[in-house]
Amino acid sequence: MKKIVSNLYLALIFLFLYAPIAVMIVLSFNDTTTSISNWQGFTLRHYLTLFENDALVEALVNSLVIAVLSALGASLLGTLGALGLNNVKKARGLLMNLSNLPIINPEIVTGVSLMLIFIGIFSMELGFFTVLLSHIVFNTPYVILNVMPRLHRMDRNLYEAAMDLGCHPAKAFFKVVIPEIFPGIFAGFLISLTYSFDDFIISYFTGGNFQTLSVFINNSLKKGIKPWMASMTGVIFVAVLVILIVMNFHDAKAEAATKRKNKLA
Amino acid sequence: MKRILSFVLLLAVLSALTLPMASCSGANTIVVCNWGEYMSTGADCDYDVIREFEKATGIKVKYVTTESNETLYSQMKSGAGKYDVIFPSDYMAERMISEGMLSELNYENIPNYANIMKEFKGLDYDPEEKYTVPYFWGTVGIVYNEKKLTEEDRRLAEEGKDWSLLWSKNYPDQIMMFDNPRDAFGIALKQLGYSQNTTDEAQLREAAALLGQQKFYYAMDQFFEMVPSGDLVVAAYYAGDCMSVMEENPDLKFFVPECGTNIFNDAMCIPATSKKQALAEQFINFMLTREAGKANTEYVYYSTPNSEVYGALDEELQQSEIAYPTRKENWEAFRNLPTATNDLMRELWNTVKTNNK
Amino acid sequence: MKSKKPLIPYLVWMAAFVVIPMVMVVYYAFTDSSGAFTWQNFKYIGINRQVYIDSFQVAFVSTAICLLLAYPLALMMSRMSPRAQRMMNILIMLPMWMNFILRICALEVILRPSGVLNQLLSLLGLGGNTIYRTHTAVIIGIVYNYLPFMVLPIYTVMTKISKSVIEAGQDLGCNGWRLLQKVIFPLSVPGVISGITMVFVPAASSFVISARLGGFNLIGDTIEAYYKGEIDMHAGGMLSFVLMVVIVISIAVMNHFDKDDDIVLV
Repeated sequence: MKKIVSNLYLALIFLFLYAPIAVMIVLSFNDTTTSISNWQGFTLRHYLTLFENDALVEALVNSLVIAVLSALGASLLGTLGALGLNNVKKARGLLMNLSNLPIINPEIVTGVSLMLIFIGIFSMELGFFTVLLSHIVFNTPYVILNVMPRLHRMDRNLYEAAMDLGCHPAKAFFKVVIPEIFPGIFAGFLISLTYSFDDFIISYFTGGNFQTLSVFINNSLKKGIKPWMASMTGVIFVAVLVILIVMNFHDAKAEAATKRKNKLA
Repeated sequence: MKRILSFVLLLAVLSALTLPMASCSGANTIVVCNWGEYMSTGADCDYDVIREFEKATGIKVKYVTTESNETLYSQMKSGAGKYDVIFPSDYMAERMISEGMLSELNYENIPNYANIMKEFKGLDYDPEEKYTVPYFWGTVGIVYNEKKLTEEDRRLAEEGKDWSLLWSKNYPDQIMMFDNPRDAFGIALKQLGYSQNTTDEAQLREAAALLGQQKFYYAMDQFFEMVPSGDLVVAAYYAGDCMSVMEENPDLKFFVPECGTNIFNDAMCIPATSKKQALAEQFINFMLTREAGKANTEYVYYSTPNSEVYGALDEELQQSEIAYPTRKENWEAFRNLPTATNDLMRELWNTVKTNNK
Repeated sequence: MKSKKPLIPYLVWMAAFVVIPMVMVVYYAFTDSSGAFTWQNFKYIGINRQVYIDSFQVAFVSTAICLLLAYPLALMMSRMSPRAQRMMNILIMLPMWMNFILRICALEVILRPSGVLNQLLSLLGLGGNTIYRTHTAVIIGIVYNYLPFMVLPIYTVMTKISKSVIEAGQDLGCNGWRLLQKVIFPLSVPGVISGITMVFVPAASSFVISARLGGFNLIGDTIEAYYKGEIDMHAGGMLSFVLMVVIVISIAVMNHFDKDDDIVLV
């Protein structure tokens, strides 16, 4: 009985999460140029013409590039931040709160305030770099939050032992500390990737001529929801699904390998 | 871990490689900023004006979009957007001219300007023909679903005297009004017999009160779905867009009230910040060619001010009373309003919208 | 390892891109167009009182619904086999990769009067929904968008509750409800708090969702409007400032209930 209820619950949640995506994918095959929710017959046209749309392709590439580079930047900066914060005693609480500010701050405030300083203080031209910087700003705290617990749990003696054994501090750091906290960095990287790709508000305010996918779609809504928006959903869905499945497969293999190792030991 | 690292690095290198493509802005590239879906480019068009322009001239176009006149203005004012060609509406072009935000055009580089019909040259927003080239024009009218109107309202629509069909109490939540202050106030002011460009506070307050008498369905792009589907019965919108939805649903009819309406002109301009004026002028000139103009007109449905393009259209469209109506005296173009009036309108608009319950 | 050196670049970064921007917002909130100090801008809060009330109402309800939906889900997930857990994680993350604007459009296509939901309902001979352009539609939009932000932190915390603690609870005669109430819930509080933060903040400041699904403005839309056209940075700054203050206070109050100072996010 309990099992049925919980399965039903899961089914309902996933119906809620996936129905909108499914609807968009079904409608992406609708042979219409106007109203997309009015079924007119089957076509693949909206997929074939999707990549003819130069501005859309550019926006998609922009979003992907920003996602990867900002996730990398945030991983680097976040790791540095976490290492530093871990050694602070006095003002730790204050600094932690400060570092969480971009998460706690409403995105619209972050976006607007960054726009103000880019233009007003740094007199930068809004574009690729301002979007990249802004995405690093809101992604860095997620990396810190994922790395900190790993640093806490790490045995400090390991690092010192490595040095006692004659390791250069830098080498000890890369051989001992980094592998220990790497899963945290990687988790932060993935979260950053996701949030950056999904962002609309901050890119909207800091982008200028540089348009990410969300901004381009938002500006194209002037004449209603177009069929290409449905086929875009389909393309993203399939791409992400493939990536996630490959990753999962890889993880499972790695896990099996460690299990085998443990057994042997 | 090494595998993940190398994978991530690979991603980074790939991104870095695509970077030049993503942020190309070489000496031979111009930035064109238009409203989304207001130009024959992208999916579902046979003649992509940008690609054709690039092919014909070798100039690269970076095409970006913006949301509204107001967004365009603030992007340019704050320095957030640096464009070479923009498409502001009449009142915004006027404002940009008055604030020195536009470059004077060298019409010698735009020989196709000769194609523009006489009545669209030297309009109020640019009386000396120095800064603008007309792109599209159109009127605002009422589209209604004939089958869903009551007898009495149908008569009202057929007479077409004024905008009072919008205030009918017979279709709660099914009457659509523009979701922007300028157009909504414009209609209310016309209904009251005032100028759409009034700066008189009492008249504006009266207009706000009139808007407040109806519980409107304030919307913009939902128009394209909800009018043909029959969810909305009466809607005030741009004539070109009304024509496009009428093709989907034969029950839809359109009229421009006799008491007057707004006639809008969208223009092509070059911002004063542009450093590639000659290239931008080449683009504007290309947009005035017969082929590009025809493709744009068929894509957007708005009315062309270009005689060459007009000549190339189907006869049916040329004769259309909706797209190419005979001009009336009481049709007004929006003018740039003083800041105090804009502020007042925005404040009144906030109240109208909040009380629309 | 003890060095504080890595902190320096990070602090410089924080100062430039987190602290200074905040200072800018506050500066505009309390100055007029000539740059002189003023309290005048507080009037914008009065003008937009209703918008604030609507925003926090919608955000509160959405957050509560997210919590109610997410908690059982996170609990179930944490008890699955590692393989199933991984699968569930993927399934929950995946919708977040669909573009934000596209997700909103999808909901719009479903909810509007002649949309997909009503087409299905009428096939079944049922009456149509009238959710579109109401607060309910906006709440659905927010819950749909931010549910994963609630599930993941709670789930993360639950996987860290050690089996021995639960077994100890069971040995002491706690079962079912009591176990949940006395053992699991108290230990999952940090996750719940991060989840609430992660949903409430974006919900209260959301923009686009309300305009598209609700046809009305929430505070995010209003702030955006002030930065458009006339570019009233002072009004926009004041509204942002107040939004920020209210959110920071709510979070501080909430964190008060949490003894552990480690915030858990995702």
